[in-house]
Amino acid sequence: MFQNQPTTRASAAITYLEAIRAAQHKLLTDDPRVFIYGQDIADFGGAFKATKGLAKEFPGRVLDSPISEDAQVGMAIGAAIEGMRPIIEMQFADFSTCGYTQIVQHAATLHWRTGVPCPIVIRLPSGGTAGAGPFHSQSMEALYAHYPGIVVMTPATVEDAYTMLLEAVEIDDPVIFCEHKYLYYHLKADALPTVALPTGKARVARPGRDATIATYSAMVHESLACAAELAKEGWEIEVIDLRSVKPLDTDTILASVSRTGRLLAVGEAFPWGGVTAEIVARVATEGFDLLDAPPMRLNAKDTPVPYHPNLWGTHRPTATSIIAAMRRLLKA
Amino acid sequence: MSQARASQSADKNQERYLAVYRWMLLSRVLEEKLSSLYRGGKITGGVFLGRGQEALSASLGTALRKGDIFAPLIRDMAGRLAFGETVLNATRTYLGSRLGPMRGRDGNIHRGEPARGYYAMISHLGAMVSAVAGGLFARRLRGETGVVGATCVGEGATSTGSFHEGLNMAAVEKLPLVVIVANNQYAYSTVNARQYACADLVQRAAGYGVPGYKIDGTDPSACIEVVHEAVARARAGEGPQMVVADLLRLVGHGEHDDFNYMSHALKVSPIGRDSLDVARDQLTTAGWATPAQLDAMRDQAAAEVEEACGTAIREPLPDPNTEDWCAIHTRRLAEGNQL
Repeated sequence: MFQNQPTTRASAAITYLEAIRAAQHKLLTDDPRVFIYGQDIADFGGAFKATKGLAKEFPGRVLDSPISEDAQVGMAIGAAIEGMRPIIEMQFADFSTCGYTQIVQHAATLHWRTGVPCPIVIRLPSGGTAGAGPFHSQSMEALYAHYPGIVVMTPATVEDAYTMLLEAVEIDDPVIFCEHKYLYYHLKADALPTVALPTGKARVARPGRDATIATYSAMVHESLACAAELAKEGWEIEVIDLRSVKPLDTDTILASVSRTGRLLAVGEAFPWGGVTAEIVARVATEGFDLLDAPPMRLNAKDTPVPYHPNLWGTHRPTATSIIAAMRRLLKA
Repeated sequence: MSQARASQSADKNQERYLAVYRWMLLSRVLEEKLSSLYRGGKITGGVFLGRGQEALSASLGTALRKGDIFAPLIRDMAGRLAFGETVLNATRTYLGSRLGPMRGRDGNIHRGEPARGYYAMISHLGAMVSAVAGGLFARRLRGETGVVGATCVGEGATSTGSFHEGLNMAAVEKLPLVVIVANNQYAYSTVNARQYACADLVQRAAGYGVPGYKIDGTDPSACIEVVHEAVARARAGEGPQMVVADLLRLVGHGEHDDFNYMSHALKVSPIGRDSLDVARDQLTTAGWATPAQLDAMRDQAAAEVEEACGTAIREPLPDPNTEDWCAIHTRRLAEGNQL
């Protein structure tokens, strides 16, 4: 597990968003192969300011693109073939569907077909926030994880947002980096880490013995809130932060289920298929004998993501709905 | 121009034309062989030929240099060979040889050697425009100058969003990209009237703010002159260039296709000419080659093709038991059945 080694004064709290900016700053400083291409990211600093000030400090390497997600990704693929390490910022994860062909048909197949690696990183500002509505709230991780040839990261902490983005650029394959917009400002850490768990290893975010919640991204925090609440009643809920959904650390999930006998998989994405279905399928096929109760899944509802907070707050899983699901699981 | 310089220039034109003709011929002979292998059941999957489009494709291939970037499309055998692909590697990919660049993992026209700037097309049309632009962007970031990137599309691909996004982006970045549009009148079976509504596709160049050139794609000397000029301008830093050539696909979309939908009027119209025949006429009329010399070139091409096919057909095929079923380069991050 990463260790916090303060690189700045402890009083200067660093947000998840600032960690992403800091990682990009470090990458641009350390690696001349890195450049960033996205909409409104140069002088404007990005819709969320994840590239604030970088265009000025690194002239010609942080560039505004036309509103052309397909061309943004295609451009990154060509640059990667020529040995660069492009980072593409999608303004919102939702818009990455406009670049889907280049990602899943071109980038994902390049190494398998030709033997030439395709080291591109595509940052997807993901997940819901109040009032964002159907087209600025989606969680796309399962769509990309479905395709061979892609790594999909889903950091849930400030530390992971920083170290996993650094690692994403090092990786010789296309990486979809799902950074959660809800966590941008809500999460803070005292300092940026210098050591990290490698991608592919899940983290036990909270140990427990009565049931396992396997989850990722913003849902880690809703699940931790659930565990804290149920702890008041004496339940010890283990929360696994998957960190990446592809690769998916099945070993850590199975080890947890072997201790608890109960599994709840929680995700913010739509319910059909997806990460939670994959988790349950793997535990059912590889660890059926470890289970004391049928495994459960909790996802968003099977509708577009609603605009109004009254609806949105119920559409996605929250600590409240996770607690309700967990109570059913504990009784099963 | 002095007489000596005029003669030097004529020599250069003759040399360039003969080089283009050689690639046209080699492409034609190889494709005829591939067609016959397909009919003989030796090739699995599709065979897609460039018959009728060789002059345009070879003109581009000869205008490019080693170190340039080239993303051909399905009817560019001539350009691929001119850009340095060997007859053996082209044949290997069609026959599925494990020793070819695609190793049986992909086939026919979906081939390339990206490590040397020869990009491997995906089937999604227009997708290579932005990829070549990205390759050029990378070269520029590294401080390389004098590099050109080129890609070929048909009129059908100009209807895609990828084509539009890619060319627009390249124009914004003023990249040295040459886009060749082979307007062969049919996108598979779809006629131009159902594909676009502007009077001529070359009009679109103005919309992107790039120079547009219009040529008769059945006229090799026009193809050579215009395509080489477009490439030279891109190389000189004048930004993206778009060339639209009118011609006719003289074969089906693939060898499985009898193209019975093709209009007879078009077949007998000037764009229905076979550019290889036109080249032969132009070369002999100019006195740059005798019919006997051109026949000897064909024999030489046939011998080269026979030798490559004889080699490739004996090579090992992909083996599912020894295949490396891992789609990613970073093996520690591989997961699933292959572990």
